[in-house]
Amino acid sequence: MAIPWKPASQMTHITKNTTRLDGVVKVTGKAKYAYDMLPDKCLIGRFVTCPHPNARRLSIDTSAAKALPGVKAVWVEGRDIYRFSGDFVAAVAAISDDVADDAVTLIADSITWETLPFVVREDDARQPGAPGAHGGDRSNVREATNENEGDVDAAFADAQAVIEGTWSTQVQTHTSLEPHGMVCEWNDAQDAITVWASTQGVFSVREGIAQAVGLDESKVTVLCDYMGGGFGSKFGSRTEGNVCALLAKDAKQAVKLLLTRKQEQTNTGNRPSSNQWIKAAAKDGKLTAFQTNAFGTGGITGGAGFPTPYLYSVPNRRVKRDDVFINAGNQAAMRAPGHPQGSFAMEGVMDELAYKLGADRIEFRINNDPNATRRAQFRDLAERLDWKNVPKEMNADKGTVKRGWGVGAATWGGGGGGTQAEMDIHQDGSVVVRCGTQDIGTGTRTVVAVVAAEQLSLPIDAIQVNIGNTNFPPSGGSGGSTTCASVAPAIKVTADNALFALFERVADAFDTSPDNLEAFNGSIRTKDDPSNSMSWKDACALLGAEQVSVRGQHEGGLSSSGTAAVCGVELTVDTETGFVRVERAYLIQEAGLIINMLTVESQIIGAVIQGISYALYEDRIMDRMLGHQVNPNMEFYKVLGAPDMPHIEPIMWMTEESLARGVIGIGEPPVVPVAGAVANAVRHACGARVYDLPITPWKVLAALEGANA
Amino acid sequence: MKRFEYVRPASLKEAVAALNMENAHLIAGGMDLVPGMQDNVIPADRLVNLKSVKDAALRGIAETPDGLTIGALTTLTEIAEHPAVMKMYAALSQAAGVVGSPQIRNVGTLGGNLAQRPRCWYFRNEEYDCLKKGGARCFAQDDKADNQYNAILGGGPSYIVHPSNAATALVALNATIHVTGPDGDRDVAADRFFALPRMRLTQETVLDPGEIITSVTLPTPAPGSKSAFVETAEKAAFDWAISGAAVSVTMSGGSVSAARVVLHAVAPIPWRSKDAEAVLVGKSLTEATIKAAGEAALTGAKPLSKNAYKVPLTKAMVRRALVAVV
Repeated sequence: MAIPWKPASQMTHITKNTTRLDGVVKVTGKAKYAYDMLPDKCLIGRFVTCPHPNARRLSIDTSAAKALPGVKAVWVEGRDIYRFSGDFVAAVAAISDDVADDAVTLIADSITWETLPFVVREDDARQPGAPGAHGGDRSNVREATNENEGDVDAAFADAQAVIEGTWSTQVQTHTSLEPHGMVCEWNDAQDAITVWASTQGVFSVREGIAQAVGLDESKVTVLCDYMGGGFGSKFGSRTEGNVCALLAKDAKQAVKLLLTRKQEQTNTGNRPSSNQWIKAAAKDGKLTAFQTNAFGTGGITGGAGFPTPYLYSVPNRRVKRDDVFINAGNQAAMRAPGHPQGSFAMEGVMDELAYKLGADRIEFRINNDPNATRRAQFRDLAERLDWKNVPKEMNADKGTVKRGWGVGAATWGGGGGGTQAEMDIHQDGSVVVRCGTQDIGTGTRTVVAVVAAEQLSLPIDAIQVNIGNTNFPPSGGSGGSTTCASVAPAIKVTADNALFALFERVADAFDTSPDNLEAFNGSIRTKDDPSNSMSWKDACALLGAEQVSVRGQHEGGLSSSGTAAVCGVELTVDTETGFVRVERAYLIQEAGLIINMLTVESQIIGAVIQGISYALYEDRIMDRMLGHQVNPNMEFYKVLGAPDMPHIEPIMWMTEESLARGVIGIGEPPVVPVAGAVANAVRHACGARVYDLPITPWKVLAALEGANA
Repeated sequence: MKRFEYVRPASLKEAVAALNMENAHLIAGGMDLVPGMQDNVIPADRLVNLKSVKDAALRGIAETPDGLTIGALTTLTEIAEHPAVMKMYAALSQAAGVVGSPQIRNVGTLGGNLAQRPRCWYFRNEEYDCLKKGGARCFAQDDKADNQYNAILGGGPSYIVHPSNAATALVALNATIHVTGPDGDRDVAADRFFALPRMRLTQETVLDPGEIITSVTLPTPAPGSKSAFVETAEKAAFDWAISGAAVSVTMSGGSVSAARVVLHAVAPIPWRSKDAEAVLVGKSLTEATIKAAGEAALTGAKPLSKNAYKVPLTKAMVRRALVAVV
């Protein structure tokens, strides 16, 4: 076990506000992303994509493209079956965008396709006689879950309130601002490759590229100083990375292959849809029964799993869920995979049962929530929402624009592990940290500096942070909200080790033993006599040219997993236009020991934004006539913009008990409860429930028409 | 993007001459044209940069005895923020002020806004060879289509909606559009400038080949006139309207002496409703009259499979526009 964290009350940097180390270079454009890289004589890579939702490639002829002056390499996908529109068929690397585009056209025109029947919507795919998404007799439907617990029928018979409804959620795409892709530079002298990747896992990219091009991992260097969003879609080298590396190897020079926005929408993963028929019951303030028949699509082979019933305790359950396959791109992990879908329906169920029971909506949740932290968070949320003055009944406003409030909750894991780091302390007092982790945008670089500065009792700017490089000590991918809980403890242990190594080297000058030394506010001093002190610089000068250089790794006891969050929103519904304006959102999140308040709050704000965007706007729309996505762009795949932004209050749950748990990552959980809270607030405002995300104006108007009918 | 020829004419005459070939386009702000080229839906072999033409008539906002003349190259921001436009032609200022985003308004021009192509996603995706691109089929009219954004009035054989805010306002304000072309100059009333698909299928205006919008004149408002533009969308900004309305009303002795009611984003052209105007003329703007005008405005609406919501929504837009001028 590691030396424990200091008490929060003694912290100088940890739990406080540190602005991002790279904030200025990001907003001034000095920070270079993979998208910005253009090594000397870099070729431009482009994909040829499948123009049909389901097709067999009968022939392809790349000779004309290869003969085009300026075309340096061509890649052709080996398989001849393509199951969604936009799938990668071939690629080129050429000396300019124009030549690459011409080569793409030549190859695309050379292909003979046999088009096959297709199905792009899960409702259609489930119908008897629907075209097979995989061709032939393979079913479009696969049973994923079929579970029974307790006696559902008896519980329904004995209930005080029973509700029933079908909640559904759309396919959401990650819509990272920086597209997927890489810049790969082949080093012919060393038979090695350097990769600038937009990735949330540099080591997984190294593994994939090494396999793709047949090199030892020792010959592959992956770099990622900055990256423009991943949300779960940027693990591993992926097809576009492998193809980029193969083109670079083939051309023996650098190739830049970044996807177009359209390819981002169709080829890089998504959050699966869900359709959840639910019947639920309660008695004496407790949930007693939950039955669901659900399905969803994760694309052509992806599953569409989500937890249901979500979070609240229900003793009697019957859960049946199917995966449905359609001719569309596969799902990928997306910020709290499954949870928003489960939460959206479950929070709707909770409100409907509460209304039917005549119960307070928050009290009903507290009554059914197995987690003590979240129960306390709900009480705190009620205070912040001034819940006692929120109308109990729906549709309380008499005007055209009606105000409503809604709540939701989240659970998540988020533990840490598997990270190493190294630290050098030089004779001039400068400190360098190297850790192979990457900053997906959460502020990992700053976290490294905060922890190192805290342990060495130095200012933040005394720490030089190097991350995003596979030549540094390993760290895992940034997924599952594990990065901070993995990296912060590793940096702490490394810094503690480095400090002790320094003490061993300088103890003689203090005429004491290393155990009796401590770092204090930019100095080194003896514990038993604080006046026996030397500035950090003077102490380090004793090292001479042989710097302190040590490693450390994540150790148990410094991080935890398991976290709780609740969300409350206040919004208005214009009952003539169906327009929903979220005015205020509160998100209370437990994060254990908070390393940097600013960046953790930033995570929460970003998650609330993404959650509202999911609730109100985002929707991947597949056309049933020709089988293409009709909105593969950011014009009609609508994402929340600045004027849609509510006032967001991130509230960190900082009880002593929680702080003592160590670091818990929270990149994902705050996105979970938002859509359910928004939908509940719409229902509360106007009395009409929209069961289907996103909550567009026309769905609100239709629901109002239904409610008034 | 496909290769194209780029021409910088010095005069309108040269510009007109340069447009004399297939797939030649004027470019000013490029806010509509360039993305259409990038998406492979607007074939362009030559771009003729109107901004290189020195002609002063293309630029600026000038008060004249006939009213206010606005050059085609005037940006939407300049229009939205111009004091005379704000004071006398509120509908145009309001309409221009909510186009796209600030960046788009700073670059996009009046002429380009009027001449822009549809946003219908079947038009904007290269996989769909739709009527508007010379193809055989309007995908939006199919019952299986996702036609929530398409037309409820004036559709057939294509069911696009006209995307221009400025166009809707200009029809309400009875503007005149000045055009030059191979056969010289001509003036077209705004409410005759836009062409239904049944008149012209592959373009949205009555412009002939080689014709260029040079400026727009707004007549001096009669005493007692007021105008307003309202729209509603899914997002608060940087989104296309799903419905809207522009109205211009002249009051005389407590009752309406003249009115124009124009519906936005519900028809292939800015949709002037003479039925609604007839309801208003001679009446005072009471709640009942306003409601009746809203009802009358949607006379003849024929929703597609997924856009019936636009009927009550557009009635509300007409009411709100009228309330704004009371």
